[in-house]
Amino acid sequence: MQRKKIHPHKYSLWIAMGSITMMFIGFTSAYVVKRSQANWLAFELPHIFWLSTAVILLSSLTIHLALKQFKERNMQRYKQLITLTAFLGVVFAVCQWLGFSQMKSEGLPLSGPVSASFIYVIVGVHILHVLGGVVALLVMFFRAYRTRVRSYSAVPIEVAATYWHFVDILWIYLLVFLSIAR
Amino acid sequence: MSNEATLHSQQEVMHGAGAHDHHDHEHHDSFISKYVFSMDHKMIAKQFLITGIIWAIIGAFFSVLFRLQLGYPDATFPWLESILGHWAKGGRITPEAYYALVTMHGTILVFFVLTAGLSGTFSNLLIPLQVGARDMASPFMNCLSYWFFFLASLVMMASLFVQTGPASGGWTMYPPLSALGDASIGSKIGVDLWLTSMALFVVSQLLGGLNYISTILNMRTKGMSMTKMPLTIWSFFFTAVLGVLSFPVLLSGFILLLMDRHAGTSFYLSDIFIAGKALANEGGSAILYQHLFWFLGHPEVYIIILPAMGMVSEVLAISSRKPIFGYLAMIGSLFAICILAFLVWAHHMFVTGLNPFLGAFFVLLTLLIAVPSAIKVFNWITTIWKGNIRFTPASLFSIGFVSTFISGGLTGIWLGNSSIDIHLHDTYFVIAHFHIVMGVSAFFGMFAGIYHWFPKMYGRFMNNTLGYIHFWVTLVGAYLIFWPMHYEGMAGMPRRYFDYSTWTSFNQFEGLNQFISFVVIIVFATQLLFVFNFFYSIFKGRKMTTLNPWKATSLEWTTPIHAGHGNWPGEIPEVHRWAYDYSKDGRDFIPQTEPLGPNESAH
Repeated sequence: MQRKKIHPHKYSLWIAMGSITMMFIGFTSAYVVKRSQANWLAFELPHIFWLSTAVILLSSLTIHLALKQFKERNMQRYKQLITLTAFLGVVFAVCQWLGFSQMKSEGLPLSGPVSASFIYVIVGVHILHVLGGVVALLVMFFRAYRTRVRSYSAVPIEVAATYWHFVDILWIYLLVFLSIAR
Repeated sequence: MSNEATLHSQQEVMHGAGAHDHHDHEHHDSFISKYVFSMDHKMIAKQFLITGIIWAIIGAFFSVLFRLQLGYPDATFPWLESILGHWAKGGRITPEAYYALVTMHGTILVFFVLTAGLSGTFSNLLIPLQVGARDMASPFMNCLSYWFFFLASLVMMASLFVQTGPASGGWTMYPPLSALGDASIGSKIGVDLWLTSMALFVVSQLLGGLNYISTILNMRTKGMSMTKMPLTIWSFFFTAVLGVLSFPVLLSGFILLLMDRHAGTSFYLSDIFIAGKALANEGGSAILYQHLFWFLGHPEVYIIILPAMGMVSEVLAISSRKPIFGYLAMIGSLFAICILAFLVWAHHMFVTGLNPFLGAFFVLLTLLIAVPSAIKVFNWITTIWKGNIRFTPASLFSIGFVSTFISGGLTGIWLGNSSIDIHLHDTYFVIAHFHIVMGVSAFFGMFAGIYHWFPKMYGRFMNNTLGYIHFWVTLVGAYLIFWPMHYEGMAGMPRRYFDYSTWTSFNQFEGLNQFISFVVIIVFATQLLFVFNFFYSIFKGRKMTTLNPWKATSLEWTTPIHAGHGNWPGEIPEVHRWAYDYSKDGRDFIPQTEPLGPNESAH
């Protein structure tokens, strides 16, 4: 009799994603509270954020394909695809960083107006979560090269893929939120 | 057949987390893997408990030190200078040291003892044992959870020894005192260490909480439906949910605070003058921090009290040989408390500049908590009503819990009203309220749990006589300490002051303060007696000879006395009934593993 229950690690991941969501809800509610007070400086988000959005959306596609390749045991394609995904994750982080320098050159440093400080902190903490996903993908990558132990369980890559889609959706939410609530 | 499948899938899970197969053959652990980096939930529970006990001794000792100052403001104690050095020049605690002591007392007791020490210990010990699982969903994460707590402890401990002292702006770390290093001596590196330690602590809590939730939802043995679970498990479940949803928000607040301290941002700071000079920070709001802090801070008090409630429900049913009264109502009220916990945070901010119209909603929601709390209290009383009560130390502490929860809870109704709060806020009335309802009560629940499950943890019993002395002195002492504080608070005596002797209106309380301090010392000594009993009994206590000494129904008493990693040597037992079949059909108790009889209906 096969168990239909969801794997405990996936379960833990869903709860962890709820937890991370709460953290960003904390940030964005702080943003809303602060925005309703006096001396709020509105400005336009760096345009490069739109490019990074395209990059992270693309990486969601590549990790989805990687999972598919893993299930079909095309390990060569799988390794290529998770490497590409990790690379796109780093490109995303670099784009965000370029956005920061653009803001800085426009006279909006971290220690500047609160509205700018919020962008640095919220986007910065999100970058950390993306880089956490990159680290997880690197671990998966080296696992795929192990010869002594071979794993046929798709659970780890499924967990990584779900998390990757999550940070992607989280970024879309943050982008929409920060564009609308300026 | 299906049990086999469960067994198999659990093995697979443990493999995934790096544990070994250990069900059927003897498995030898090294000292390191058995006692230090253990992945056995029972050992991790003991690690949490003993670390918590060490912190509790430190935190309680701090309260003795500042009570000496409050009770005997003019006296000098030369021995203080020999342990505190320049913090107690001439044998008198300095104001800076006093603030550091009260801040650390709060931090240690709230987070390190009553959060990590309480739910860390008993969630770890009881969840796999009572739901019938070999271990947690991820034993590795569980191990990490303890070691993050240990790291947090090390950093917090280190902060006690830095030259400028630990954080001293109160355990709530309100800015601007906590955001500006120049604001006070206790705002320097002590606060950085405090924030680092708390960030590690939050990680530890999240890792633990994830595991508790997925174990409860996922790894129950065959037949253990959610409504057959003991109430302990339900309370740990809601505790974990509260923690997982509220601690991340606290972390957001801390990140912004760290930015204000070191990156020159102005999230919380605006129009501040230090030594006559205006700071550049503009546009920040100190209230913002309070919102973020109390959004955790209020659920936090339920994180502290819910595990105690669960254990008390269990112990009261067992010791009165009666089914718990209103099992579903107990779950429902836990759920209601859990929801309301997220909707009342601003009642901590009635007088800090919150919009008074907003306050009205928070008053209503706060007073609503009285309903589920009262349901629980009535159910506990009806459970022991006409029961055949066995007065073990565990059951006495449980009854004591109900007593303190009522008397501390009633004053909550006063404080929940924003208009009365104008007079009572930040007075000793508040101190009395939360110490009784969450400090003493949670400790009583914890003591009940320790006395009750000590045989499960160590295969020996704690000494009963010392247990009775411990209970009566603590109960009487707790009331003698905190009851008089209500009067001081109603007279308007503010909390957190170093010296009241220059304040004529409070001179009348001089004798009362001495009395309170005197009782504090006695109660502290009695807790040391408990600690002695605990450690002595680990090695020399009366040995457990039967599997089920309390004649309880739940699954943890079906494991061997010294259960190995994996808990049950053979298959995990199947569950057929709820955990509260006491005095049913002429039988004293019916274990959960016994199938329903032909003419028997489930509860």
